[in-house]
Amino acid sequence: MSALAVRDLRVARGDRVVVHQVSFDAQPGELLALMGASGSGKTTILRAVAGLEPLASGTIETGAVRLGPGPLPHGAALRALHARIGMVFQFHNLFAHLTAVHNVWLAPVHVRGEARASAERTARRLLDELGVGGRADARPHELSGGEAQRVAIARALAMDPPVLLLDEPTASLDPERRADLARTVRTLVEGGRTVLAATHDADFVRGCADRVLRLEAGRMAGE
Amino acid sequence: MKAAAVVIVCGLLCATLAAQESGVLRYGGDAEGGAPFMEADPNDTSRVVGFEVDVASLLAAGLGRTPRFVQVGFSSLDPAVERGDFDIGLSGIEDNPGRRARLAVTVPYYEFREVLTVRRADAARFRSFADLRGRRVATLGATQAAETLERARAEHGVDPVIYEDDVHPYTDLAVGRVDAVLLDAVLAERGVRRNASLANQPADLGVGHYVGILAPRDAALRDRIDGLLRDAMRDGRLQAIFTRWGMWNQDQPRLYARVLAGAPGGPGGSGGSEDPQLRTPESASAATLRYLPALFRAALITLTLSCVSMLLAVASGMMIATGRVYGGGVLRAALTAWVELVRGTPLLLQLFVLYFGLEAFVQLPALVAAVLGLGLNYGAYESEIYRGALQAVAPGQLEAARTLGFTTWQTLRLVRGPQAFKFALAPMTNDFVALLKDSSLVSMVTVVELTKQTQILAANIGSWFLPGLVCAAMYLALSLPLARLARRLERRWGAGIHA
Repeated sequence: MSALAVRDLRVARGDRVVVHQVSFDAQPGELLALMGASGSGKTTILRAVAGLEPLASGTIETGAVRLGPGPLPHGAALRALHARIGMVFQFHNLFAHLTAVHNVWLAPVHVRGEARASAERTARRLLDELGVGGRADARPHELSGGEAQRVAIARALAMDPPVLLLDEPTASLDPERRADLARTVRTLVEGGRTVLAATHDADFVRGCADRVLRLEAGRMAGE
Repeated sequence: MKAAAVVIVCGLLCATLAAQESGVLRYGGDAEGGAPFMEADPNDTSRVVGFEVDVASLLAAGLGRTPRFVQVGFSSLDPAVERGDFDIGLSGIEDNPGRRARLAVTVPYYEFREVLTVRRADAARFRSFADLRGRRVATLGATQAAETLERARAEHGVDPVIYEDDVHPYTDLAVGRVDAVLLDAVLAERGVRRNASLANQPADLGVGHYVGILAPRDAALRDRIDGLLRDAMRDGRLQAIFTRWGMWNQDQPRLYARVLAGAPGGPGGSGGSEDPQLRTPESASAATLRYLPALFRAALITLTLSCVSMLLAVASGMMIATGRVYGGGVLRAALTAWVELVRGTPLLLQLFVLYFGLEAFVQLPALVAAVLGLGLNYGAYESEIYRGALQAVAPGQLEAARTLGFTTWQTLRLVRGPQAFKFALAPMTNDFVALLKDSSLVSMVTVVELTKQTQILAANIGSWFLPGLVCAAMYLALSLPLARLARRLERRWGAGIHA
């Protein structure tokens, strides 16, 4: 059974259809890259999978959760979706008023009801593993692009989702950091996670993607 | 445009000079004082009637001038006559050393006693100040009665409640908000006539006198007027006036005898006063020093009132803003209507409605009405700040919260609210400082806060200069630390948060 199944996905903004009939599967332990020029619809697909864009038609299934056309999921459906799917945004979207480690433990405590002390221990461990343990008590505006991205990955991983969505993960990184990131992501995939990455970085894709879906103007243009 | 303005100013100036020279006696008074002093003539509301109007007519006739009434708020009569807004002030103005020190004051033409008014049911138990220990006793601000009550606070532990007018002390006594009223007999008798449940006590709590006031430069005119008043005392014309208004009593012939004999204690003999406080004028600095503890107490009331009101404003503002951002159509419309209603009507009116308007349904204590009025009024303004701040939180922050599984309420509580609060901090501090100063309006509902206490002091010594400086210094001492605190909080919390 695939970790993520997208069938005939159509997303519209007003009258304009931005994603047309896109279908794909992603398996556990697989890194699937969505490639295409700016405006090709790759970020929109990621956002639809994350429950941030309403579907005009089609379905998205992950585990027992199934999204279809209609209003955005909320309440229990939203929690069930995000027990399965974590997202790292292109601009990280770290909570600006909290330290790095607080960003990481906030959801485990308030969404999953973990004890604060153990959630904070886990958060510090994750930050250590991602190489930003020394920056745990810094605020987002004090972090470099690469550090902020690792904190954002740690924040998503703290909820332990089987599927991780990465939007333009290398956009804010210099070449050395990109190689580091590729190694980190590869480790996650080898640990059994499914990663869906929207990118136009060919080196990153060559370095670590298992499969590539090409998009053009919101349509599948090949695999 | 400029030429027109010059013509208008010149016209007004000429009219004023003409009024002074061409046989008009401008007499200033507050028609809000009502009968028997002065009130709008029920048959012709453009005219005023009252014993003061009759006294003015008597004086104008003696001077060969035509009387002309000038409406001036009671508490502004002293500075207005000094400025030359009118020739003589006649409005139940009490004789006191402060007035005598800075104005040309006529001989006293009416003697009154201070009278304690209570509810009939309490007539047996509240006979004197000693019976009223710990009780609220109302009076009109900046009067001899207010001074007397201030001393009774020290000597007998009564709790003075200062009103801006002489009607509400009696209505509030009738409904039980206060336990007694101390005012002069003229007002006390009117208060009892209007409220059948009230009774005046016979105890002698001091006497005072009504006088006319003129600018010091008009001492010559004052002397002519003194002569006219003495003549009217001799030939019974003053008696006729006071008899007509139901005010004549046996105290008046005794006063007139003293005045006509030129008794000591001030020009014309205001020596009828039994009160040593009224004999010796105090210097402005000595009076200010004497009032300092009262000013500090009033500043504490201002600060407490402002803090509690601001807490209410913040809480109600947050609820309104949240409702307007997250609520359904009906809730949003209702909250918008509330905000527009509160912002579109004067705070003063809201305070009046809360304190006096709702009296028939709920008798809010003055402080509660003040906090509710200030808190809800500022809450409407705060809500707009918070609404803007909530909308200024970057959408990416909300999406990140959503992808972590936070509910809408959790997102508001953990992410959006705290960030919005930091955006709102600077305008909030601004509003707090504004509220601190607007809190002076609550003196209209009998709360004596810093401005009101200063006004009382200024009326007492007849100058705003020193009291104004002390009051300004106290407001600054309250508001500057607030501004500093807010800047520190902004630096500590606000770093790195951008819309």
